[in-house]
Amino acid sequence: MPELKKNASIEVDLRDYTFDGADAPDLPDLSQVSEADRQQLRMAGVDVDEADRSGTFLQFDQSRVHCRTRNPDVEILGIEAALERYQGLPDYYWKALDPDKDDFTRQTAKEVHGGYFIRTKKGAVIPHPVQSCLYIKGKDVAQAVHNVVVVEEDSEVHIITGCATAHGVQSALHLGISEFYVKKNGRLTFTMVHNWGEQVAVRPRTAVHVEENGAFVSNYILLKPVRTVQSYPAVYLNGPGGLARFNSVIVAPEGSHVDTGNKIILNAPNTRGEIISKTITTGGTIIARGFIGGNAVPARGHLECKGLILGQGVIHAIPELVGSVPGVELSHEAAVGKIAREEIEYLMARGLDEEEATSTIVRGFLNVDIMGLPRELQESIEKTIHESEKDMF
Amino acid sequence: MLKIDNLHVRVGGREVLKGIDLKIEDGETFILFGPNGSGKTTLLMTLMGFSGYEVTRGTIHFRGQDITGMPTFERSRLGLAMSFQRPPTIYGLKTRHLVQMCARDRDVDIVHMARQVNFEPFLDRDINAGFSGGEIKRSELLQLMAQDPSLVLFDEPESGVDLENMKLIGGVVRKLLQGGIEPREDASMKELKAKVKTSGLIITHTGYILDYINADRGHVMYDGVLCCQARPRDILEHISKFGYKECVRCLN
Repeated sequence: MPELKKNASIEVDLRDYTFDGADAPDLPDLSQVSEADRQQLRMAGVDVDEADRSGTFLQFDQSRVHCRTRNPDVEILGIEAALERYQGLPDYYWKALDPDKDDFTRQTAKEVHGGYFIRTKKGAVIPHPVQSCLYIKGKDVAQAVHNVVVVEEDSEVHIITGCATAHGVQSALHLGISEFYVKKNGRLTFTMVHNWGEQVAVRPRTAVHVEENGAFVSNYILLKPVRTVQSYPAVYLNGPGGLARFNSVIVAPEGSHVDTGNKIILNAPNTRGEIISKTITTGGTIIARGFIGGNAVPARGHLECKGLILGQGVIHAIPELVGSVPGVELSHEAAVGKIAREEIEYLMARGLDEEEATSTIVRGFLNVDIMGLPRELQESIEKTIHESEKDMF
Repeated sequence: MLKIDNLHVRVGGREVLKGIDLKIEDGETFILFGPNGSGKTTLLMTLMGFSGYEVTRGTIHFRGQDITGMPTFERSRLGLAMSFQRPPTIYGLKTRHLVQMCARDRDVDIVHMARQVNFEPFLDRDINAGFSGGEIKRSELLQLMAQDPSLVLFDEPESGVDLENMKLIGGVVRKLLQGGIEPREDASMKELKAKVKTSGLIITHTGYILDYINADRGHVMYDGVLCCQARPRDILEHISKFGYKECVRCLN
């Protein structure tokens, strides 16, 4: 039965992977990364020349290989070093997430292997993005990282995370605990580009706490095949005036099972949340979740979930709104289907043949302008979209 | 330019056009009147070749070619263009990009053309996203300008347009029909002279557009057939006095 087979392929058994070893030497700079690896990193949005970056954190398998800040206003450490320097990070480490949540959190709590600690200085606006990359090179390797980001009061930073596997890596598992804290008037933009492989399983667990007038903006881009992703980052707007926004662009080819969503909890007055997800299946399965909870007034939330089915795939949109006080304003719009015939014919009336029209509409659908990414990253994403178009229709 | 013979069209299982014969000469502008639901828009949609408009009998010839079964994009590339009444929004597709695609391989100065329809500020907006009635008309005109067609089909150029915009739109429609649109600021005299007049098929309810263009002939469409051929001004005057009821009598 195809249904059973499908379910078996998305299960993750921790015993199938190796969590130990692979101690790579430190790289003083990224020029020593092999060209093949650089290629993979670039496709995950990593600026290997570090030209317009305020700092870089790079991890291969379980070991940090490069960690450097280029701006004194932003601190970048491996998580082990940060735990040692800051007496176990008592205010942040396992404070937003429960280590007992599931097998994956328990595994990472038991034995952490890297991850980053990034903290801005109070009042500092970091001009260039900080980049991090979690890269898997070995076979059957499990990466279990723990990331902590602290955006101090009145400061702003953009973190770009690229996750990738080396060319030829068949099977791998990525576990990632991410706990982000945005303090009063702070702003964190977090852009994540996934470039995994066809046999890679991904189980990140993410929670974000935002204080008064703080903002958290997340961009998520997944255009490449992956065996299974299950992720559901949650943002808690705990102070008045907080803002959370999620933008996701996801393509699932045949063989990919992507269960992903975003959760925003409006816990204080004058908070706002917005979730926009655009998904395309070209044969894979996508479960597009969204949850906005309103527990204070005035508070506003809007969820938009658009799915295009090109080919034989499945998109299951699950938008949820929960209001627990009178006066919350929550809304959603979800649509799953094919490209509207009307749009194709509009473009055909302008002289585009059916294929040109379809590709123009799909490119527009996947357009990432709204994310406000650095130009070279946007260009690399557009290039990837262009390249994967031939598999779309 | 356009020759329609005994055209019968079915929409959703119902016959909407019941034998249309119509000829539009090179450079001629033809006006179509008629009450709502009479089949005017169906005629335009059928001429463009959209799905859902099934030709059951008759033929359409455009510039000497039988286009009755031709795909929409080929009709467009032959020089047939249409201004949409309610065009769909395509998110992520910038107006500028679409105008460029309309021009295909021709060398056009998009900004220069956009200025002529007062549309420059919209070039970087997603096409039709939140456009008002007048903005849609200007956007459609800009696309038509880039297409440089031989025959333009206009579905109610005045609907949803305020008086100020009507003047702008009317002027541009006239220029478009007279072949007076310059694709670039520096278009040479030779290029401009080489321009021939564009033909037009225009649907109007109010007749406001007649203040701006020279329309030679008009027809009333009533219940899927054409009747009352006359000068457009006379038709308009007649309809405003007696309504479309007279057309029924005229048919009989």
